[in-house]
Amino acid sequence: MEGNLNLTLKIWRQKNTQTAGKFETYQVSGISTDMSFLEMIDVLNNRLIEEGDDPVAFDHDCREGICGMCSMYINGRPHGPNRGVTTCQLHMRSFKDGETITVEPWRASAFPVIKDLVVNRSAFDRIIAAGGFISVNTGNAQDANNLPINKDNADDAFAAAACIGCGACVAACKNASAMLFTSAKISQLALLPQGQIEAATRAQAMVAQMDEEGFGACSNTGACEAECPKGISIENIARMNREYFSATFSSK
Amino acid sequence: MTKIDSKIPDGNLAEKWTKFKSSVPLVNPSNKRSLEIIVVGSGLAGASAAASLAELGYKVKVFCFQDSPRRAHSIAAQGGINAAKNYQNDGDSVYRLFYDTIKGGDYRAREANVHRLAEVSGSIIDQCVAQGVPFAREYGGLLSNRSFGGTQVQRTFYAAGQTGQQLLLGAYSALQRQVGMGNVELFTRHEMLDVVTIDGKARGIIARDSVSGALERHFGHAVLLCTGGYGNVFYLSTNAMGSNVTAAWKAHKKGAFFANPCYTQIHPTCIPVSGDHQSKLTLMSESLRNDGRIWVPKKENDTRKANEIPEDERDYYLERRYPAFGNLVPRDIASRAAKERCDVGFGVGSSKMAVYLDYAAAIIRYGKGEANKHNMHSPTDDEIQSMGKAVVKEKYGNLFDMYKQITGEDPYEVPMRIYPAVHYTMGGLWVDYNLMTTVPGLYALGEANFSDHGANRLGASALMQGLADGYFVIPYTIGAYLAAEIRTPSMSTDSEDFVKAEKAVQDRLETLMNIKGSKPVDYFHKRLGKIMWDECGMARSEKGLKASIKEIQALQKEFWSDVKIPGEINNLNPELEKAGRVADFLELGELMCIDALDRNESCGGHFRLEYQTEDGEALRDDAKYAYVAAWEYEKQSSFKLHKEELKYENIKIAQRSYK
Repeated sequence: MEGNLNLTLKIWRQKNTQTAGKFETYQVSGISTDMSFLEMIDVLNNRLIEEGDDPVAFDHDCREGICGMCSMYINGRPHGPNRGVTTCQLHMRSFKDGETITVEPWRASAFPVIKDLVVNRSAFDRIIAAGGFISVNTGNAQDANNLPINKDNADDAFAAAACIGCGACVAACKNASAMLFTSAKISQLALLPQGQIEAATRAQAMVAQMDEEGFGACSNTGACEAECPKGISIENIARMNREYFSATFSSK
Repeated sequence: MTKIDSKIPDGNLAEKWTKFKSSVPLVNPSNKRSLEIIVVGSGLAGASAAASLAELGYKVKVFCFQDSPRRAHSIAAQGGINAAKNYQNDGDSVYRLFYDTIKGGDYRAREANVHRLAEVSGSIIDQCVAQGVPFAREYGGLLSNRSFGGTQVQRTFYAAGQTGQQLLLGAYSALQRQVGMGNVELFTRHEMLDVVTIDGKARGIIARDSVSGALERHFGHAVLLCTGGYGNVFYLSTNAMGSNVTAAWKAHKKGAFFANPCYTQIHPTCIPVSGDHQSKLTLMSESLRNDGRIWVPKKENDTRKANEIPEDERDYYLERRYPAFGNLVPRDIASRAAKERCDVGFGVGSSKMAVYLDYAAAIIRYGKGEANKHNMHSPTDDEIQSMGKAVVKEKYGNLFDMYKQITGEDPYEVPMRIYPAVHYTMGGLWVDYNLMTTVPGLYALGEANFSDHGANRLGASALMQGLADGYFVIPYTIGAYLAAEIRTPSMSTDSEDFVKAEKAVQDRLETLMNIKGSKPVDYFHKRLGKIMWDECGMARSEKGLKASIKEIQALQKEFWSDVKIPGEINNLNPELEKAGRVADFLELGELMCIDALDRNESCGGHFRLEYQTEDGEALRDDAKYAYVAAWEYEKQSSFKLHKEELKYENIKIAQRSYK
């Protein structure tokens, strides 16, 4: 599978939140198909530095698909053309020689651009702070095996908890809705007996924070699920809606 | 001069921690409200410490360089977390976990700390389950366990291959709960660039807001560094791109001793390097060694494909050399064994620097097991294969997917190719029993300290230590210091000490920007990494280390005269951040070589070619080197060695054998 690619990159450049951005075009050559997409950007950046230009700012950290930091919108899709991977796991063997690749930041008013491809996702932290937890102080816990949990529920909770908080769901959604992210945490905790005590207040508080941050509503197109690098299911949104409505109806 | 006092409590090993907890001074709730604590880093150690301290009532500030505390590299830990629960009834106990950890560390860890770690391990699992961490479970609803290297019991709790992620998200939830309640103030995209000391005590930090580039001064009655390890000194490692030594190194230059810097863990099962462009290496969890078998061809330079090599022409070298532990020997041993096979010409793949990790036998074993479960009396080979693959997928699916994405090969069909890579650093800031460094009021938790793993860490023990330090150790031990600080009011950050510290940071940043040389930061980082990997990696020698020290000193000079940093100082500037980190790595790398040169023995991850047994095992010298090497910074390239003698009162020190 060895091979070298010559590519045209159209990359969104924006100095900071206040300034308007625009696309710049760059040529890169001799890109190995074994490189990851981010390593290809590294190559471009080191060349830009040597030429005296400002390199492209982008978020990245673990480079193994779990930290959720990388966030590029590639050829109109969050994390690029492949399903079930983050940008750092996208390899250049997925592209063809001579191709033009367009790279943009996540687009959502709740995720303002900080610079180039870097956006501010702190809204997600605030949604979790509003209720994405079980209120148990350190030292309060009973023996772990005193609480048997049905394996299917535990597995479903795990599947929801696999969310990496990258924001691809928001970027993919035409309404920039954060329902998939929020519902994944609500579902994880609602599926577990430990989480049920606060289920009602949690659903209300997290949904309220989500709305306050300026994320849009859900219109069931399912783009979030299709683009989620961790395959978080849209069923979580249904579960969140059930939790939310039952909490609203039963609230005093 | 600072004298090393490990402050290990008196009494029997098994009673030290209990007695300590009953006698440590307490801080009453109203005083806690006026005591401020700075936590740098938001991984398992930082997030758990910050949440627990805030729950107790302290005022906490948390700093992380990432955009959210949830990104810290603990998130990437795969395999699991150890705890001496003995749920499997297979003979585990606090003592066994303690013993395995000391032995696994090749008798270079402190007994009292390790015993405490084993004692609190069970509570960690309880706490995480209560938080909603979805650990793997059996059909009866109880927790599932698996085995890791260097142990003969099943004490590892896990959540598929994403245990670190789930544990960190648990600690992050607890942290965000405190943020929401106003007990923790969160500073993301902030990097700590110095510790501020006043009258010899740590009183705060200087941090840079990465977005605006502005420097900020923050006061704290105590400062906790939970900033992880320094494996990125090797350039290529399994660490995240941003993982760095800067916070620990700044503390070191302010008086905190750095202990055992040369103790590096090279993890045996990583995806091999594929080319010069590579920016990082990816781990394949040690849990894969539960079921996978490691082999190379018996014939030198065998060019056949793996599946074409018949069973009797394969050398399962770990099973051959270490029959008692087989594929589950500790990491240092498995790594060296792989290197040995490749060095003598039995490696596989295009680079010949890889060995096979094979799941074919496990797939058949699991497939037959499933057939029995489902009362299928004469399953076909295809049925066995497909059922076996389904079991493997459930246990290790995400790891197999990851392998396929990176290499383009399907590990369900062909054996994985693996090779050792830098993964973890056992060395770190020297701390006493209270986790305090040699600077009063400055603490180090998790991978950032040196305390629990000796010369080699056992698998699934990093998560255990990070959470033990944060949830169950620091909330008690910090009282010993803060109880005497209740009359210290919060200090203004306009004082001379803060202003001076900030000025020094500002000057350094400007110096870096003004070099305006010709080479990007990565150029220097790669060169440092190559020196470290070749001479201070899996095998070290006096000659190589002496030459490396000179090379690194020359590279330091070159860096400070020829690095090129684009962009502006007062804007988001990732290259400037990287440059500061690499400058610190260049100094640390030198100290690592000095430490490796001082230690004229082989132990754990530190393997000196001059000191090995006839069959190539590490040869310790307990008479001369049973000490922690704690280095004091004097000036550029000058470090003074302090020795903390290691006393083994409960374990008989012996040559480590896994045969």
